[in-house]
Amino acid sequence: MDREEEAQSPSVVSTRLMEIVVALIIMAFGGLVIWDSIRLGWRWGLEGPQAGYFPFRVGVLIVLSSAVTLAIALFRRRREAGVFVRRHELMRVVRVLIPSAIFVFLIGYIGIYIAMAFFIAFFMWWHGRFPILKSAPVAILVPLGLFFMFELWFLIPLPKGPIEEWLGF
Amino acid sequence: MDALFSLIQGFGVLADPANILYMMIGVLLGVLIGVLPGLGGANGVAILLPLTFSMSPTSAIIMLSCIYWGALFGGAVTSILFNIPGEPWSVATTFDGHPMALQGRAGEALTAAFTASFFGALLAVILITFFAPLVANFALRFGPPEFFAVQLLTFASFVGLDRSSPFKTLASMMIGFALAAVGIDIVTGQLRLTFGSHELLRGFDFLVAVIGLFGVGEILLSMETGLAFKGASARISPTVVLQTWAKLPQYWATALRGCVIGCWMGIKPGGATPASFMSYGIAKRLSKNGHKFGTGELEGVVAPEAAAHAAGTTALLPMLTLGIPGSPTAAVMLGGLLIWGLQPGPLLFIEQKEFVWGLIASMYLGNLAGLIVVLTTVPLFAAILRIPFSIIAPIIIAICAVGAYTVHNALLDVSIMLLFGVVGYVFKKLSYPLAPLVLALVLGDLAETSFRQSMLISDGSLRIFWSNWLVGGICTLAVILAIWPLISIGLGRWRRGRLAAAAD
Repeated sequence: MDREEEAQSPSVVSTRLMEIVVALIIMAFGGLVIWDSIRLGWRWGLEGPQAGYFPFRVGVLIVLSSAVTLAIALFRRRREAGVFVRRHELMRVVRVLIPSAIFVFLIGYIGIYIAMAFFIAFFMWWHGRFPILKSAPVAILVPLGLFFMFELWFLIPLPKGPIEEWLGF
Repeated sequence: MDALFSLIQGFGVLADPANILYMMIGVLLGVLIGVLPGLGGANGVAILLPLTFSMSPTSAIIMLSCIYWGALFGGAVTSILFNIPGEPWSVATTFDGHPMALQGRAGEALTAAFTASFFGALLAVILITFFAPLVANFALRFGPPEFFAVQLLTFASFVGLDRSSPFKTLASMMIGFALAAVGIDIVTGQLRLTFGSHELLRGFDFLVAVIGLFGVGEILLSMETGLAFKGASARISPTVVLQTWAKLPQYWATALRGCVIGCWMGIKPGGATPASFMSYGIAKRLSKNGHKFGTGELEGVVAPEAAAHAAGTTALLPMLTLGIPGSPTAAVMLGGLLIWGLQPGPLLFIEQKEFVWGLIASMYLGNLAGLIVVLTTVPLFAAILRIPFSIIAPIIIAICAVGAYTVHNALLDVSIMLLFGVVGYVFKKLSYPLAPLVLALVLGDLAETSFRQSMLISDGSLRIFWSNWLVGGICTLAVILAIWPLISIGLGRWRRGRLAAAAD
């Protein structure tokens, strides 16, 4: 995509809306903290402060501070707020997040080394249009290097899958 | 004089060739981390921390602190050659550094930046050598209320001094405290905020959070802008280095001012970035060539670099003596100390003499090694930056995943890291500061413990925080800092009112 198209790329979310949503999420999180602190006891117990004493105060501060942020965002005029993310920007971020999430998911099944090799090769093809001949050396050497470093040198076992097992590790 | 003897003993610790090796590895890794986007000092140290669990704490902290020096040096490389500040405190370096590189004076700018950094760090380390034992000695008299007061001051200064909205700073900090509380409460043994999940019993590890927030979050931000490096070429020849060194002495006053600003600001949390801007601004105002600043003036590179490096170094002073880290990277190192079973704080200077003085001695040697390494390897690191981002990004994400896994050997942590990455991306875009969150996550348990102990002593009365002049003074200062944003708004109104009155 060239520059002109990028400048015209439509806004997906405005900063104002995002401010409101994030402030609400943080307030909900603070509410969760308060709720659990009340369950634990937020007052002064027989032998001193109860388990929820400190978190309760933390939760209250989370809710209060985000309420102010929310109010500021709500009272700001609509056109003053900028663009949080444009469509082409969001696409780029999503195109990083999706393969990363699949990579993390695969670690549990085929081990971190093989998952990493696929991830690097796919990422290089998807973002940089590298042909498999160019991406293969990177995708093989990086996990191999990490394998030697962790399994053999530092003796820290990382998650391994059936292929490593078959090779005797 | 005691400090000098201890320092000599510290250099004795470094005589171990293994420690020198770790030092060199640390510096090299650090420069690499500082140069690559998405791998800042805090994140790099967090990823490598689990690797050091098998080393002796002294070797480990030497290597990790050298990674930190390397990262501080490396930040200047990207700012000057590519106009991309690797770290927030190298933003001011781009103002004059990049124009110089465009004029073909990259070697000169880099040499000046590295030398100024070294000078800043050296003065800061000398300050630490003689000042830290005094602070530690003084802090030995501290009880729980005093420790809580100092922690309060740290967090209050974030609210008061941070440039972003104080409410966002507060929210971010409190989220850190809440996340730190997840898991088993150490005093009562009750489960807090786990909601019946066994995985959450472990709590949230700050290392996983740091790797996600700073590592993955940074990658997402870089990818969003469609990062393409267009850099000036870098060649540093010995002649350029010598020529630049011949020019530098005339800027001694600027460098010294930068160091003083850096040392002063660095002790406070988050000080390196404002220190570099302040030093640049003051140098611009006081220099004869001030009007030429921004067009490629050597002095404009010296000023922010000396201040940033001095501030980055003094950030370790409160970490060692009080257990209060001055920067996210220092916070990660402090977490490392806790994992190695060392209690940061004044007792460290009595119980772990070898550790403390080995670290301080390594600061001298590490910075010297850093200077030599960066001057000789800059072309190599500049070449790494020319590798397309679509190759570097997946490798960095994969390394972040490995780093997050090794913290507890838990797969769930890798997913949590990814989640923190998204949080870091959104927070950065909405200018919620991340440093207070990390600091609160690291210090959460310590702060809560000292708060509870104080409350136990006073039987629940907050008056204990004003029970003597020391704790009262610190607490008053903290309260003033915390409400400083309100005071400054009030002052602004009052001044404007007076101006309006004068106009009438």
